[in-house]
Amino acid sequence: MTARLTPGAPQPAPAIRARDLTRRFGSFVAVDHLTFDVGAGEVFGFLGANGAGKTTAIRMLTGLLAPSGGTATVAGHDVLAEAERVKRAIGYMSQRFSLYEDLTVRENITLYGGIYDLRDREIRERTDRMLARLGLERQADDMVRAIPLGWRQKLAFSVALLHEPRIVFLDEPTSGVDPITRRQFWELIYEAAAAGTTVLVTTHYMDEAEYCDRISIMVSGMIGALGTPGELKREFGVPSIDDLFVRLARPS
Amino acid sequence: MRRVLFLARAEVLHVVRDRATLAQVLIVPILQLLVLANAATFQIRNTPTWIVDLDRTGTSRGLVNRFAGSGRFEVAGSSASLDLANDALLRGDVTMVLAIPHDFEASLVRTGVAPIELSLNAEKGSIAGIVQSYATAIVSAYAADITPTARPRVDVRTHSWYNPTLDYRHYMVPGILVALVTLISTLLTAQNIAREKELGTLEQLNVTPITRAQFITAKLLPFWALGLVDLTAGLVVGWLVFGVPMRGSLLLLFGAASIYLIVTLATGLWISTIVETQQQAMFVTFFVMMIYLLMSGLFTPIDSMAPWVQIVSLANPVRHFVTISRAVLVKGAGVADVARPLATLVAFAVVALTFAVRQYSKRTA
Amino acid sequence: MTALAGLIRKEIFHIIRDRRTLVVIIAMPIVQVILFGYAIRTDVDHVRLAIVDPSPDPVTLAIRSHFDAAGVFETVAVLPDSAKLETLFRRGDAQGAVVFESQFAERAVHNGPAQLLVVADATEPNTGSIVAAYASQVVQDYEQTELASGRRVAIVPDVRMRFNPTRESSNLFVPGLMAFVLTIISSLMTAISLTREKETGTLEALLVSPLRPWQIITGKVAPYIAVGFVSVIGVLAEARLVFNVPLRGSVALLLVEGLLFILVSLSLGILISARTSSQRVAMMGALIGTMLPTLLLSGFIFPIESMPSPLRAISYLVPARWFVLIARGVMLKGVGIVYLWQPTLALAAMAVVLLAASTHAFHERLDT
Repeated sequence: MTARLTPGAPQPAPAIRARDLTRRFGSFVAVDHLTFDVGAGEVFGFLGANGAGKTTAIRMLTGLLAPSGGTATVAGHDVLAEAERVKRAIGYMSQRFSLYEDLTVRENITLYGGIYDLRDREIRERTDRMLARLGLERQADDMVRAIPLGWRQKLAFSVALLHEPRIVFLDEPTSGVDPITRRQFWELIYEAAAAGTTVLVTTHYMDEAEYCDRISIMVSGMIGALGTPGELKREFGVPSIDDLFVRLARPS
Repeated sequence: MRRVLFLARAEVLHVVRDRATLAQVLIVPILQLLVLANAATFQIRNTPTWIVDLDRTGTSRGLVNRFAGSGRFEVAGSSASLDLANDALLRGDVTMVLAIPHDFEASLVRTGVAPIELSLNAEKGSIAGIVQSYATAIVSAYAADITPTARPRVDVRTHSWYNPTLDYRHYMVPGILVALVTLISTLLTAQNIAREKELGTLEQLNVTPITRAQFITAKLLPFWALGLVDLTAGLVVGWLVFGVPMRGSLLLLFGAASIYLIVTLATGLWISTIVETQQQAMFVTFFVMMIYLLMSGLFTPIDSMAPWVQIVSLANPVRHFVTISRAVLVKGAGVADVARPLATLVAFAVVALTFAVRQYSKRTA
Repeated sequence: MTALAGLIRKEIFHIIRDRRTLVVIIAMPIVQVILFGYAIRTDVDHVRLAIVDPSPDPVTLAIRSHFDAAGVFETVAVLPDSAKLETLFRRGDAQGAVVFESQFAERAVHNGPAQLLVVADATEPNTGSIVAAYASQVVQDYEQTELASGRRVAIVPDVRMRFNPTRESSNLFVPGLMAFVLTIISSLMTAISLTREKETGTLEALLVSPLRPWQIITGKVAPYIAVGFVSVIGVLAEARLVFNVPLRGSVALLLVEGLLFILVSLSLGILISARTSSQRVAMMGALIGTMLPTLLLSGFIFPIESMPSPLRAISYLVPARWFVLIARGVMLKGVGIVYLWQPTLALAAMAVVLLAASTHAFHERLDT
């Protein structure tokens, strides 16, 4: 799967490092002193119930939202002071579809290819490759407004990975897609990780948690569990991540 | 720079593909121009007037004829009693009542002075004052004409420059063009960015390395071009339909428009940063623009405003462009003539753009 | 609490929570009253005058001092010839000019008449005409007072400004402003509110509830009626406080007519929203169909009489036109229903027709 760090070997700098990352909205604390690392090339599962603070945390890590407290570095840059440098190194697929419905699939991809400074030829080649991998070729020139949700997800996924960023944040990429597409997404995730891309992915599907190198489970803005799936199952004595999730998310 | 082109192209596609926006940009302004140019007028003609001539002499009839023949007053009725006249006034059927007392001519012959009574229906609005001016002018011209003088010493002639036919639309259309261009550019910008906020597409842009300056340029450029297109369309309509003159350099006008649009676009951008939804964008834009337009001397002359308002209006970019528009189109002004308002606009453009760019943030605080 | 009351309460929450729109709704009338009072005026009482006097002599100087004394004119430049005149006009530095021919006194006394040219900047036609008329009057005045020859003839007009003696422009726009504010709230906001529910799909949820259609409509528009009323009272209060605008007639009559007008505007708003599911289109439709006509064709700012006949004809269909008539009548003239039955009838007829049409359109829309 991904490059594992052998114990004892010198550790390269983590791709994502959060220390006491906090975000308040008025008196409500959405993210409460989040502390974790994600190593380069890891596939990191960022789990948690709805409203646990995952999206808020991701928005801080991608430079979209300013932290109320604590620090975080992504690709070696501070998310508050060097947000623009961070953005050069990352890709992002948001939970809510955020591309243009009145442009075609191809036009959307081309737009972002240009914004990420890809050459015309690169844009063309990568677009064709991406569309082929995801089976979107026939819809390439359809208006996004006219294509169903699952395929919109594929488009958003393509845009996130198009410029081959070092780190990619995927917020619920597989919600609402069919099993075949899910498989395709995870194949692409593994490929990217194998090539050294760090992937931080959130999901509601607990079986996908098993695909990750390490996972964290957020509860009420804090990390309730952090480790490899195997370690956590042993630690908490549960047969599946699903059970672990239920145990942690249920109010005591 | 390449980024700007990519994004600007996408913007153009958005506009072209959205029928509602196209209508807003092309059809609505022209419609507004057509209606506004005809409706926004203080032209006085055929003012309904009631005559109460208690004298019925040659002199009094002469005065009445002066009014009737002026083209500005129309005799809607006459009576021997004031009651009917007052009734007509009360009902709003007439704007003015001219009452000539019964010893009018006799008084003039004897003493050289005679009174008449002009009652104006002031609830008719601003034109009451204008009607009064015309009425008193007719009266004193008539008085001068019937003065028996041996030989006039001074001969007064009048020239009306720039608008010899006194067509109100020649005055209004250059101003309305400004209003149109202003509304379109500000509204579109504010609405457009507010819509992206609402839909969430702004987020995807904000997470890319595109800089504020690049983003703003890419957003504003298409609307800047659209503003100029609208100005062109409006000018064509104004010239074809209303015969509006174009005495000065169109290059100067478009140059001024180019600078002016920067101000309005920056305003739209600023508005988009303080609202959350498209609907709010429309409301706020409309509210802000209305203030600017009403205080710009577009509909009513700046010289008629209260003094403090006149001073405040100097801070109003619309005022300056309206001045330029009228000066260039109707008076044939050149660069030197409009140097002051033009320089002010340039200053505004710089300030507005700087402020808007500073205000805009890719990150939520 | 009944379902209807609950619906009204929800709608009130919507209004209150949308802070920015709320601020605009409240601030707009307040700002407009001030603006209209001080900015929207058409009186010409200060004219910038340029003098071209090639050979100043006692006569030209006498005439010039008459101009100064008139109170209306401000001499901004005295030129020896007309060369720079054009520039002054183009810059807007001068609105009028008095051009004396050379050797003026000589001509006037000996082989007159001496030529005096009044030039007026007629870009704004009324100003141009008035400047010319004022200037001519000043010269006539001079002729008559300075010259001993001939009998002086003066017709002295006693000008009465009825129904608005102080001629404050504020008195005149308040009725129109009331109509404008009510139109915005009743038509615009209703249209937006209804289409918002359609867009978000919450209308469907309402429709499958036990609420009848008329209850839904009533529930949604009732708060706006209240907001409209409050706004109008606010405008009236501010107008009285700041500009002493009178209210000579019956307040009750004014409020009842106001209610009638609100009804008409609301029906229009509902009619517009029944035709479309997009908020933006509804807003544009409301803007073009209600706000612009109210602003332009109701006699609010621009006199209907001055408009060409097609527009005058269209103005009969604009509800605000009738309301402005009524409001002006009640506020300035203090008249009652005896004089106002015609416009009231017009409004009532519109209310009936529009209510029927909008209910019908709404039902249709719901059934599809």
